[in-house]
Amino acid sequence: MRNIWTIARREYKLNFISPIAYVVAFLILITLGVLFTLNVWFFTQNAFSAPGSAPDATIITGPFVFLLVLSAPALTMRLLADEQRMGTMELLLTAPLRDWEIVVGKWLGAFLFLLTIILVSLIFPILLNGMVSPGIDQGLMVAAYLGVILVSAAFLGIGVGISALFSNQLTAFFATLAVIVVLWWLIGFPADVVHTGADFFRYLSMNEHFYNSLNTGVINLSDLVYYLSLTALGLFVGTSAVEMRRWR
Amino acid sequence: MIKVEGLTKDYGARRAIDSLSFEAEQGEILGFLGPNGAGKTTTMRILTGYMPPTSGQATVAGYDVVAESLEVRRRVGYLPETVPLYTDMTVFDYLKFMADLRHLPNAEERADDVLEMVGLEERAEGYIGNLSKGMRQRVGLAQALLHRPEVLILDEPTIGLDPAQVVDVRKMIREVGKERTVLLSTHILTEAQQICDRVLIINQGHIIAEDTPENLQARLVGAETALLRVRGDSDELAGKIRKIQGIQNVNAKPDGSLEFQFAPGQDVRPEVARIAIKSGYDLLELRQVGMSLEEIFLELTRDNASSEK
Repeated sequence: MRNIWTIARREYKLNFISPIAYVVAFLILITLGVLFTLNVWFFTQNAFSAPGSAPDATIITGPFVFLLVLSAPALTMRLLADEQRMGTMELLLTAPLRDWEIVVGKWLGAFLFLLTIILVSLIFPILLNGMVSPGIDQGLMVAAYLGVILVSAAFLGIGVGISALFSNQLTAFFATLAVIVVLWWLIGFPADVVHTGADFFRYLSMNEHFYNSLNTGVINLSDLVYYLSLTALGLFVGTSAVEMRRWR
Repeated sequence: MIKVEGLTKDYGARRAIDSLSFEAEQGEILGFLGPNGAGKTTTMRILTGYMPPTSGQATVAGYDVVAESLEVRRRVGYLPETVPLYTDMTVFDYLKFMADLRHLPNAEERADDVLEMVGLEERAEGYIGNLSKGMRQRVGLAQALLHRPEVLILDEPTIGLDPAQVVDVRKMIREVGKERTVLLSTHILTEAQQICDRVLIINQGHIIAEDTPENLQARLVGAETALLRVRGDSDELAGKIRKIQGIQNVNAKPDGSLEFQFAPGQDVRPEVARIAIKSGYDLLELRQVGMSLEEIFLELTRDNASSEK
């Protein structure tokens, strides 16, 4: 636990001197801010034509996960690939650390950074809560934000796993992006075409567990299990890749 | 402290080291001497738990490098050849990070201590990316010393340093080697002679010689060589020197100097000097020529080839 924390703390701090992390944080928060403003403006304009409808936390969480598709790979591409390129992997692999502690520590550092951005983004639902009467649906907000956190964990898990396979950041970025695009959208497509096994494909699709579940205010155990398994799978792939490198 | 038996490592079809066996005692400074690609780094990487061997066994401080890798890594300080460092950290933060990974109770104090040992206190707050090669080498050495390891493994610790730094680092290694076992690799013979208690010569994955530097030199060098330089033409002088008793061979070098060989322990240099001066030459230089590593290798590989036949 202590080793994981040591690694994670270094990674977390590094984000504050890394231009990529700043760009990611800036883009996420700016985009959410613009969308928030547009949404509020739209609802005030249409308040009389559609009485009773008010914006809720999903105007933030909905686009947020979409932004994560691009930003998660940007945050994870460096993690293990750069360690490999700079040769500092040799330092970690000859320190008294278990391989999985390195991988999990790296993941945790990135996850805590995204969590910081998520925390900052809470300002939007809080503002919204003051604007609408009698306040926004807080249960929905909690479920939707839990969804964002789980999606972040899973995306970063996949990213760390793939970053361990490469020593080039850019390759790691595009490979992670490709895997996330497949898991997020493409894998769900067969569900609309095939008759048997549609549920199976729907279960595999990452966005299904978010848009049709957590982001509607429903907290299902199966969704939690799904995202946590995906995170664990990513970390497992990362650990195996680090171990494999030793044997080469 | 270090015990290696039949250690073999294959990279695909290429055999990097072939059943190496050797031992290092506690408090001994053992030198690994060999050309690039001889298998020095591979051996060190196995001993530090970086990678497992293909076959064979190695123990460090009584722990198996594969089965008890973490125990080994706790007791070993390692300076890899490439001196990998996080260039985006300050020297102090980096050492603190490494100390934390080793669970040192007073990490910051230890970081200060080792910085003082390598003489980098005033650069503690500087970014590693801005340091010169020599300073980075010292940061790497500081990192290896953080946890007061029982065994210190240094891969080419003086490579890429300027002469003054080389002297410093060698002195430092002698200093820290007093109470711990040190295994260091080098391809510079004089370095091995200056620092090491014992030297292993390794070539193409095999140990081809193992002895103290002095014995090695004596064993290899059947005759001692010296070089004489005088002002003007030396042809006539060569003839005179050739007549001195104990001289085995005299060669005129293209630059006009003379190289001569004599049996060890039968130093003819004073006689050569007397003759040169008596004959009216201005003596410019007279020095002993050590055997270079290349020559030692040629010698050793020739020995091996002939013994195999």
